[in-house]
Amino acid sequence: MTTELFTGAEMVVKSLSALKVKYIFGYPGGSVLDIYDAIFQQDEIEHILVRHEQAATHMADGYTRATGEVGVVLATSGPGATNCVTGIATAYYDSIPMVVLAGQVASTLIGNDAFQETDIVGCTRPIIKHSFNCRTLADIPDAIAKAFYLANTGRPGPVVIELPKDILLPDNKEPFTIDTEIKMRSYNPNIKGHPKQIRKAAQTIADAKKLVVYSGGGIVLSDASELLTELVETLQAPITNTLMGLGGISGTHKQFIGMLGMHGSLEANKTMANADVILALGARFDDRVTNNVEKFCPNATIIHVDIDPTSISKTINAHVPVVGLVDVVIQQLLDELKQIEYTPDEQALSQWWQQINLWRNVKSFSYQQEENGKIKPQRVVEAMYKITNGEAYVCSDVGQHQMFAAQHYPFAKPRQWINSGGLGTMGFGLPAAMGVKLAFPDKHVICITGDGSIQMNIQELSTCSQYSLPVVIVTLNNRSLGMVRQWQDMVYGGRHSSSYMESLPDFIKIAEAYGHVGIQIDTLDELDEKLTQAFNIKDRLVFVDVMVDEKEHVYPMQIRTGAVDEMWLKKGVKA
Amino acid sequence: MRRILAILMENEPGSLSRIVGLFSQRAYNIESLTVAPTDDTSLSRMTIATKGDDKVLEQIVKQVNKLIDVIKITDITDRKHIERELLLVKVSAMNDKSRTEVKRITDIFRGNIIDIGKQVYTVQLTGNADKLNAFIDALQNETEIIESARSGCVGMARGDKALRL
Ligand SMILES: Cc1ncc(C[n+]2csc(CCOP(=O)(O)OP(=O)(O)O)c2C)c(N)n1
Ligand SMILES: [Mg+2]
Repeated sequence: MTTELFTGAEMVVKSLSALKVKYIFGYPGGSVLDIYDAIFQQDEIEHILVRHEQAATHMADGYTRATGEVGVVLATSGPGATNCVTGIATAYYDSIPMVVLAGQVASTLIGNDAFQETDIVGCTRPIIKHSFNCRTLADIPDAIAKAFYLANTGRPGPVVIELPKDILLPDNKEPFTIDTEIKMRSYNPNIKGHPKQIRKAAQTIADAKKLVVYSGGGIVLSDASELLTELVETLQAPITNTLMGLGGISGTHKQFIGMLGMHGSLEANKTMANADVILALGARFDDRVTNNVEKFCPNATIIHVDIDPTSISKTINAHVPVVGLVDVVIQQLLDELKQIEYTPDEQALSQWWQQINLWRNVKSFSYQQEENGKIKPQRVVEAMYKITNGEAYVCSDVGQHQMFAAQHYPFAKPRQWINSGGLGTMGFGLPAAMGVKLAFPDKHVICITGDGSIQMNIQELSTCSQYSLPVVIVTLNNRSLGMVRQWQDMVYGGRHSSSYMESLPDFIKIAEAYGHVGIQIDTLDELDEKLTQAFNIKDRLVFVDVMVDEKEHVYPMQIRTGAVDEMWLKKGVKA
Repeated sequence: MRRILAILMENEPGSLSRIVGLFSQRAYNIESLTVAPTDDTSLSRMTIATKGDDKVLEQIVKQVNKLIDVIKITDITDRKHIERELLLVKVSAMNDKSRTEVKRITDIFRGNIIDIGKQVYTVQLTGNADKLNAFIDALQNETEIIESARSGCVGMARGDKALRL
């Protein structure tokens, strides 16, 4: 009996099949043509052809954020691979698992500045979890299996695999085996929290008079939102989410006090500042949360639960560090609290909530919509919320519109809110939404964007036609790079240096040119009706261009160099 | 504070560049770095001498540990440990006086003259950084140093403690 032999290119595809991959997001080119040929000759995996490799990474990323399945990207060597860099970094900063297969020139040419040679492993080293250089056929299945394992365990992140052309060619064949049960002696992420630390954490919680739960993207990534909700209800304490953690608990839960940080709610930031115990779950004390670290919650005892030890005591010192998977640790905490027969201190709690409710009453997200005035961007988000019953996937770009969406669309579930939080990548929104729509064709998928951001990957409207991805794009069109302009208004004496979009295109015509539907909304009286109409069109992509008040700023806003709760409520009004 | 970190890692292409990349990316200090395969050639042993306060050091150790190739890292500075560095130094030995002085200083420091040229001696010395520095100072007082190469330190905990798989 002869064993069947396969080319390296076939091994790539077979390995991905063995790992149950459904889609590859990519763009062809010289070094990976053999892989494209192998893809052509099978029908287990579908290849999605984007119009720019950056979009392939964001589309894979959006797909992953919505489904939890690892996204796969395929790009050719040189420019194809370097075009992926921004998308890899975006995934890295939000801990999104991703496997990027990058072509490379033949091994014999590496180092010679060959045509379309770039050291992509070198280029991406600081923005990946790990990378592999394949040099033989046998390396391929091994690297791919390990890449999936690494990408999706511990603290997730992107993994890059470099595939030189010579190991993909048809004349070179070997038997194929893949071992998907990976064990690596150098990689053993902690899963359970140390029992001693769990006891300490539970005791600290039990002794707290003014407890706050502060949870982040880790909850979403590890699907821990049910456990989190159970914990929070046991504690009866207030909970705030980071930008990445929204949906970790329902945005309408009565204990939820809103997002915290730079544009978080006053009550969230005040509660943090006045808490005596902060329970941080899968969050990393990012500088967009803490504001000035020197002034950050000096009186609080901090319990920090995270899968990544480097996140603990990096910016803010943790008094009770717990390293482990956040869902596992929450379960351990619940068990321990039961063990010590924990009941909340009713009196302290009621005083604490009384105080919090006073901050809540300030209604820091409120805005003024005049009847005959320009449309306020917040009003658009509220309308989207109503029309979609709060059930849409909302994929955002970066800018003011992102903050308005985070503030005014309370997310009921995790994975519903998809945005580039860590890197803040303009151009992320549309391709991410496409990835989500691919996974959930029957759900409302919104891309909320700005007139600046949408133009960073607008070519993907073409991909949407090809694969029939009817997302709803809502552009909060303020004829400017609004977030930049806001800073220029506040910090740079109103000098609007390059923050205006001097020659905006007719977005409706652009949408139509790609075969989509365009809807223009100019006045408040047509907003609800036209937006409803947009969401009623199910089988076509709809591009809604909403003219909003270009003067609106995002409030509240932390005062630079201040404490976490020092905020501007409105222009010139401090909290 | 000067710290010596001992690292055990997979002996694979790219491992070294990941460590070096990490230090430069996060602006950590590297005073010296040495690396070579161990008795088990699938492993590399690296010694890094670095500087930083406790908070920075804690981050360095955690960040290095986070690299997938790294199996173990320990800071050997706190415990009793052995630290050694190799120095090769080529000095001017033009006349009798300088030759005798170089020979004398080398003997005092228990170094070895391992090569001679028409007008130069090459000396080898091992020891910790302080000893090597003192030796160089002593030589400089008597003659001209033409070339010197230091290996950077390697280190190990004393006693039964071992850094191994
Ligand atoms: C790729 C990239 N370049 C630059 C920035 C800096 N930046 C942040 S927000 C912003 C303006 C975004 O404008 P727009 O998309 O119109 O959103 P708006 O703030 O007006 O709602 C810019 C330029 C960024 N985040 N990403
Ligand atoms: Mg704008």
